[in-house]
Amino acid sequence: MFHQLEGSQAIARAVALCRPGVICAYPITPQTHIVEGVGELVRDGHLEHCEFINVESEMAALSVAIGSQAAGVRSYTATSSQGLLHMIEAVYNASGLELPLVMTLGNRAIGAPINIWNDHSDAMSVRDTGWIMLFAETNQEAVDLHLQAFLIAEKVSCPVMVCVDGFILTHAYERVDIPSQEEVDEFLPPYTPRVSLDVDDPVAIGAMVSPDYFFEVRYLAHRRQMDSLEIICCVAESFWKKFGRDSGGLFHEYHTDGAETIVVTLGSVAGTIKDVVDELNASGEKFGVIALTSYRPFPADSLKNSLKNAARAIVVEKAFAIGIGGILFQEIELLMKNINVKIVSVVAGIGGRSITKSMLRECFLNKNSGENVFLGLNEDIVAKEYVPMKSHSCEGNVP
Amino acid sequence: MSNFPLGNIGGTPTVQSDFARPNSLTGGHRGCQGCGEALGARCAIDAAHQTTGGKILVVNATGCLEVFSCCFPENSWSVPWLHSLFGNAPAVATGVAAALRSRGQDSIRVIAQGGDGATYDIGMGCLSGMFDRNDDVLYICYDNQAYMNTGVQRSGATPPLARTATTLPNKSYLGSDPQTGKNLPEIAMAHGIPYVATASIGNIRDLEQKVSRAINIRGSRYIQIHVPCPLGWGYPTAETIRIARLAVQCGLYPLFEGEYGKLVGSTPVEEPIPVESYLRPQRRFAHLFGKNVSANAVGVLQNIANGNMEKYRLNWEILDA
Ligand SMILES: Cc1ncc(C[n+]2csc(CCOP(=O)(O)OP(=O)(O)O)c2C)c(N)n1
Ligand code: SF4
Ligand SMILES: [Mg+2]
Repeated sequence: MFHQLEGSQAIARAVALCRPGVICAYPITPQTHIVEGVGELVRDGHLEHCEFINVESEMAALSVAIGSQAAGVRSYTATSSQGLLHMIEAVYNASGLELPLVMTLGNRAIGAPINIWNDHSDAMSVRDTGWIMLFAETNQEAVDLHLQAFLIAEKVSCPVMVCVDGFILTHAYERVDIPSQEEVDEFLPPYTPRVSLDVDDPVAIGAMVSPDYFFEVRYLAHRRQMDSLEIICCVAESFWKKFGRDSGGLFHEYHTDGAETIVVTLGSVAGTIKDVVDELNASGEKFGVIALTSYRPFPADSLKNSLKNAARAIVVEKAFAIGIGGILFQEIELLMKNINVKIVSVVAGIGGRSITKSMLRECFLNKNSGENVFLGLNEDIVAKEYVPMKSHSCEGNVP
Repeated sequence: MSNFPLGNIGGTPTVQSDFARPNSLTGGHRGCQGCGEALGARCAIDAAHQTTGGKILVVNATGCLEVFSCCFPENSWSVPWLHSLFGNAPAVATGVAAALRSRGQDSIRVIAQGGDGATYDIGMGCLSGMFDRNDDVLYICYDNQAYMNTGVQRSGATPPLARTATTLPNKSYLGSDPQTGKNLPEIAMAHGIPYVATASIGNIRDLEQKVSRAINIRGSRYIQIHVPCPLGWGYPTAETIRIARLAVQCGLYPLFEGEYGKLVGSTPVEEPIPVESYLRPQRRFAHLFGKNVSANAVGVLQNIANGNMEKYRLNWEILDA
């Protein structure tokens, strides 16, 4: 049924429909409304047999979820930015222990300087932690991805992080289709753990592993992630059959057939990009868009296949690695090595900086742009600050 | 030493003296010879096992106990056991307890355990959160008074003037600063949780009774067990039990119980001994008995013991009065 809902409330309802047995979280903007929402649903009795736990930190939030999932119960938490960094040790631990819990990440910049607005620095900081990472483009997809996330996690035995842009999605009111409990129950069967703490069948989980086995354990985690590419597709397909919506999967292609330039991106900015591309194509240009849903595992082969016939790929991303540059850009560049496609890095939207259609249009049309564009950067501020910064660091000789 | 026999004198036999003891922590683990922590864990978990008919789930923090008991593909635990991280065992146990509650399995009891470093220091936030919510978990701290697993560094439980790898004494420094350290059982009591106790592997009957009592109380419970470490403290491996008993007898390790924030009982010390008898056999205090050290140094520890005697009413005389 359609509802006019705030993104966070829609996600809260989707999570509740998945019948988790334990939910715990610690407040941080912009994730707060999600946990407030699920908390209320639990207390109002909408969610039976569910324990909602207020914890004292994000480290505890994910640790509680680790404990409950290891005891065989479907578990959920959510965080953003600093909160994700605070729980980082447990992030690795959850995937290392192969616990299929689900976490929403309301994407937000990382400080210092402290900044509560949206970008993808938080998600990028955990890209190698062994979690499956899915990015939502719209609030509808955020809802749909949560339903799919539990199924994928439990099939693969690997935690799944659903990334939703802070404020842009979490705080935006949109018309969203929330499925019924019966429909979700048919789509997502009750959780049956592969191993769990059980007094009738004692196991030890979380052993110390020596060099004789550790390499294989990590390698198998990699294999498992790569194998999950197929499962992510299967789940998206069965979602489509059940709910009639094309949500999830590896990535969404938009007018990529015959496109000369393909813009590759993550998250909600894909919507703005599609609008720009529509306008450009109406005036005779040949642009296409790829919005990545599955960032980890990285769908390298399928992506390469979709990009190989274009002349140019523009990677628009809301994060960059200080000291080297665009992150998704590097991954795509590596993917396209020896293939004659010019790859352009566009870093934009950092710390909540607006990404406007006119900015994008100008950028996309500039066929002679360098390889590294920092879109929307205020050059006046940079010029003013850079000169004293540079002269300070160059004062005197390096001893 | 004859006052605290391991055997079956005076009523109920100990779990450990029972042929059918559960052996929760079985042989073959890699703990040092004479490891107090291995002994403490076996006694505590066996007692909980016997009391609940084996219905326990155990969460373990990183530390010697975890490392020596669970080296893949071997495993010394015969109970369901989960290790996550160094600093999060209380929160993981909260999650396990929540899972049981969500499934309505309230006859299964949850234990979290860790060393003093995991408990006093890195896991303190999670522990306090667990106490705050009064989560249904028995937390057991095996207190060997330093970070043993990483090579004997100072923790918040390291006694004043003890030598550790990070408090090495020299001419002007006598070991861990007397102004430092904390009293975690008191901090636990300040949370107002249903049950707090200290115990010692020098008094196994008392230890088992406390665990058996605590395991079936609902809400957060905290038991701290003094577990001497021959490697870190520097004494012969056969002396572990004796050292543990000396700590209790000199008043430096008071055994007491608290309920809902109030002290409700303590184990009196029959014949108190000077702290020196406890300190002398340990290399970690050897520098206090060197040529040029003022007697005052030992006095600092004697004062602490005297304070404990009074605070926890450990003297027979006081009790008699
Ligand atoms: C976050 C983190 N910091 C540090 C360590 C290293 N470390 C592992 S065990 C340990 C000390 C354990 O001390 P304690 O809890 O007292 O247990 P013990 O080994 O003494 O029984 C340390 C510092 C770690 N594993 N994780
Ligand atoms: S170092 Fe100490 S605590 Fe660790 S195993 Fe050896 S005796 Fe036990
Ligand atoms: Mg220790």
